Amino acid sequence: MKYLSEYRDPKRAKAILDEIHRVTTRPWVIMEICGGQTHSIIRNGIDQVLPDGIELVHGPGCPVCVTPLEVIDKAIEIASRPNVIFTSFGDMLRVPGSHKDLFMVKSEGGDVRTVYSPLESIKIAQENPDKEVVFFAVGFETTAPGNAMAVDQAQRLGLTNFTELVSHVLVPPAMEALLSSPKNRVQGYLAAGHVCTVMGWEEYEPIAERFGVPIVITGFEPMDVLQGILTVVKQLENGTHEVINEYARSVHKGGNRPAQDLIRKIFEVGHRSWRGIGEIPMSGYRLRNDYAAFDAERKFEVTDIHTEESKLCISGLVLQGLKKPHECPAFGKECTPQTPLGATMVSSEGACAAYYRYQRAKE
Amino acid sequence: MDFPEALNCPVPIMSHDTVQLAHGAGGRLSAELIKKIFVPRFTNATLEKMEDQAVLPQPGGRVAFTTDTFVVDPIFFPGGDIGDLAINGTVNDVCMSGAKPLYLSVGFILEEGLPFETLHRITLSMEEAAKKAGIQIVTGDTKVVNRGSCDKLFINTSGIGVLDPKIDISAANLRPGDKVIVSGTLADHGMAVMTTREGLSFQSTVRSDTASLNGLVADMLQVSTDIHAMRDPTRGGLATTLNEFAKTSGVGIKLDEAAIPVKPEVQGACEVLGIDPLYVANEGKLVVVVPGEIADDMLASMQANELGKDAAIIGEVTAEHAGMVYLTTGLGGTRIVDMPIGEQLPRIC
Repeated sequence: MKYLSEYRDPKRAKAILDEIHRVTTRPWVIMEICGGQTHSIIRNGIDQVLPDGIELVHGPGCPVCVTPLEVIDKAIEIASRPNVIFTSFGDMLRVPGSHKDLFMVKSEGGDVRTVYSPLESIKIAQENPDKEVVFFAVGFETTAPGNAMAVDQAQRLGLTNFTELVSHVLVPPAMEALLSSPKNRVQGYLAAGHVCTVMGWEEYEPIAERFGVPIVITGFEPMDVLQGILTVVKQLENGTHEVINEYARSVHKGGNRPAQDLIRKIFEVGHRSWRGIGEIPMSGYRLRNDYAAFDAERKFEVTDIHTEESKLCISGLVLQGLKKPHECPAFGKECTPQTPLGATMVSSEGACAAYYRYQRAKE
Repeated sequence: MDFPEALNCPVPIMSHDTVQLAHGAGGRLSAELIKKIFVPRFTNATLEKMEDQAVLPQPGGRVAFTTDTFVVDPIFFPGGDIGDLAINGTVNDVCMSGAKPLYLSVGFILEEGLPFETLHRITLSMEEAAKKAGIQIVTGDTKVVNRGSCDKLFINTSGIGVLDPKIDISAANLRPGDKVIVSGTLADHGMAVMTTREGLSFQSTVRSDTASLNGLVADMLQVSTDIHAMRDPTRGGLATTLNEFAKTSGVGIKLDEAAIPVKPEVQGACEVLGIDPLYVANEGKLVVVVPGEIADDMLASMQANELGKDAAIIGEVTAEHAGMVYLTTGLGGTRIVDMPIGEQLPRIC
């Protein structure tokens, strides 16, 4: 896996870092959209070695973090029913709902299983015709093609025991919501590299134009992140606001067309509630009516669930980049990875968890 | 996958192909099980007395005593199986105190219906591991439980060893200025088990590093008996062990990320699954903390041993940041290496 060492090569990374120091003449506020980028920044200490004037603000690009509490409660309700095999990516299992998390449901006797792909859930459904198999379809655009493919396959195979609990969210509407807020301080953006691998970057050009902000498509290795930051800073210093692709090994302007076609076939855009932020219009995917039979929410009739967020948790402000994790009064006290109050502390990509894990010494 | 095969030793002829409840009941079938499957593999004068207890000679010093139970799933994986894990794991826990491991007990819990071919293969592994470690299995026990009450088999091993009076190894002994050395590459075992369990395959097979470390430890003690702390970083990985050291001794431990050895295929497997190698189990590695002045000599003696050929100095003990483990990244930043909360979970994206 040479690519790991090449894109982490300290000498090359230092060269980019030196260039950032050289071109920065003024303070700038930059947001990285994606939780994976936040993780990479904190893990590698990138924020510590940037020029003092550059402030990195952590964006809402962690799908686990923005999944509304009531969706998690719905997942827990479904997983608790007898005869259900509830399947999910690993990191959703620890996110607390109003009273418990999916791990606890498992220890109480629920059949909750980690899978690496929704296609594994299809296999489980085929192997267990007497059970109802549900896949927790959470994510940004990145995981939508796989989740769409699973529904497509389920239909082709004539499966009647497979459904998805869908909570997909989209990046561009979230960016527009943040940029439209009067409290917004962010001047430049690192766009999410793998979201753009699927969707391309055409949707970002009108945003860059309308709000006058540079947007740079960025990857995840230390060199990718530094390169992304360098290109944003250069644009800010020059007063330009273009969309530039610095993740060319993975992203093309039009994105992955077959993936987009499949998404459009199975999903339609609808309003979505974002935990901590509230409802953003037309900001998520839901299953088209043609595929209603594969919608877990409809099948299990879990529409009547009401939830209450912890009053101490400020994850919404963190997700919008308005507060840093260590500025939360509960950080490290009532709220720790063992006793998380909100999803930004539970998910390994969440900003609060990243801060807790890697930077606690700073307090 | 290439598993080491039982070469010259066919399965003994038993009256059944699979383990029955009666094999744990203490009667004729129990005797057959012990006589045909276990005793030939673990043979020694003490065991063959077939008493309910092993009576052992008076030890020549303080006794180190440990126990561990092995429930790994899958029971066979590249590089080893539950059998040699059970022997090596307990031998290692004994010798991490600096003691010379001498005697082990073995307790089996077998699931009704376990094929004798499987059990035999595991006992062959245990025999080989015991021989390599130079220890004797002097007493044992077998229970059989109903199908579904355990997962194929569970093995408990307990072990004792004898300590030289000059040795005082403890997690409380770390001092600022000490150096931290690992005996080789990290995360091999945990990733071998995880990738096998999930049916993931890579171009280079990830193999467990399970091995008995008492020979390596003996070489290290020849260099100096002034070893401050030593442990094999099993469950929870190196990060957990070092955090325990830091908290117990009330010191900080500073690591250099670039110096930590990880095989490329293991790093690749970790990347694919979103797992941090610092938190993954090792079964044939040790981490040792020694006074700074003897670190280079200790490293050289470790590297001269087959099991320590990839040994490296990865950090040092500091007075600052007491109770914490932290590392400097390739970029020159610092981050904390905290205790893990639970299992590492493969991520969504």
